[in-house]
Amino acid sequence: MTRALMTAPIPATASQTAGPYWHMIDFPEWADLLRPGGPNAGVAGERITLTGRITDGDGAPCVDALVEIWQAGPDGAYGAGFHGFGRCASNEDGVFRFTTLKPGAVPGLGNATQAPHIVVTIFARGLMKHVVTRAYFANEALNAADPVLNLVDPARRSTLIAQPEGGGTWRLDIRLQGENETVFLDV
Amino acid sequence: MPDPIPFRRPDPATQPPYDAPEYGSTHKRHPKQKLVVVPHTLTETSGPRFDPAFYPPQVDMSQVNGRAAMGERIIVAGRVTDEDGRPLRGAMVEVWQANSSGRYHHPRDQHDAPLDPNFEGRARLFTDAEGNYSFVSIKPGAYPWRNHANAWRPIHIHFGLHGAGFAQRMITQMYFPGDPLLPLDPVFNCTADEAARNRLVSTFDLDITRPEWALGYRFDIVLRGPAATPFENAP
Repeated sequence: MTRALMTAPIPATASQTAGPYWHMIDFPEWADLLRPGGPNAGVAGERITLTGRITDGDGAPCVDALVEIWQAGPDGAYGAGFHGFGRCASNEDGVFRFTTLKPGAVPGLGNATQAPHIVVTIFARGLMKHVVTRAYFANEALNAADPVLNLVDPARRSTLIAQPEGGGTWRLDIRLQGENETVFLDV
Repeated sequence: MPDPIPFRRPDPATQPPYDAPEYGSTHKRHPKQKLVVVPHTLTETSGPRFDPAFYPPQVDMSQVNGRAAMGERIIVAGRVTDEDGRPLRGAMVEVWQANSSGRYHHPRDQHDAPLDPNFEGRARLFTDAEGNYSFVSIKPGAYPWRNHANAWRPIHIHFGLHGAGFAQRMITQMYFPGDPLLPLDPVFNCTADEAARNRLVSTFDLDITRPEWALGYRFDIVLRGPAATPFENAP
């Protein structure tokens, strides 16, 4: 049983931009979720690379972004046996790159199933709060019934679908603003 | 499996907008399309737990290998709770800041102010059973930026918080009381609600202050709470 609490007794602290000089908390090895000695060393699954280029409203690369991912393990479970968190600094071309395992399908609300997906969040100079999106995987049968993809205008849905580039690499470019702007989620 | 309990949606006035015209870097980086509101699933209500064995804490920024950084030593302490006042236990808090001259230990920061070999400007903390954290640092300096003519950032410390759910993930900045630059700063001022802005300003705290050693500042942090909570069983 639950009781509704619609207004917060103490409102959450306001977000502020990470700014351009956040790299003191950049630990490049965190971009490899399978790193030797890391929390997932030895976990079995389909090894993948998730990469993409972040651009602004002028199409210029976003070179100072703090990119984080959050995902389920290959069995579709969060946190149990797979630490699905990674962090990567975008490089001078605006490109991020994570090494991880492909997540499994995840329970949705009710009896729904969510297609395999990775949450991608971006903090940066010029973003007073982070933007949140999801990377789904092209050609995945479960995409058609995914409850979140189905909330999105079909004409913009492709901005959430990573495309295979061979060798286990999946690419999802992120456009913060303008033509083909990425669908960002209010979570 | 029952649906997970979602987090509360914030009052928009208490959070900054993406489009903040006075802050120039937002012009080309804010989304122009409406965000798609997503009901919270396990994807949003679960989050990474950080084991200090893999993420070792570092609580003293005021020295490197026993050599003291230049500047005014300070202690910053506070409590991390959710919106209902429940403590977040074992939460990882990441902290970073400029040195006492107002320069970041960062290759792209070209401000004409000295670097300090004994100041790296980062810390990693874990909250205790009551949600409390504490670290030692050096009071950061103000620095100029190119947002507008003669623009200076008020002195601040960056905080990154990880809660129980990824929807609670948050990065913010702590400011210092009485800073004359606060009324002029577009980053601080773009949050509409005055009380929400002022909660970003730490308070001087004599109880945190350590005699003969360092001034203390308190900065409490609140992460989103559950939109509904289970009834507590009556005794």
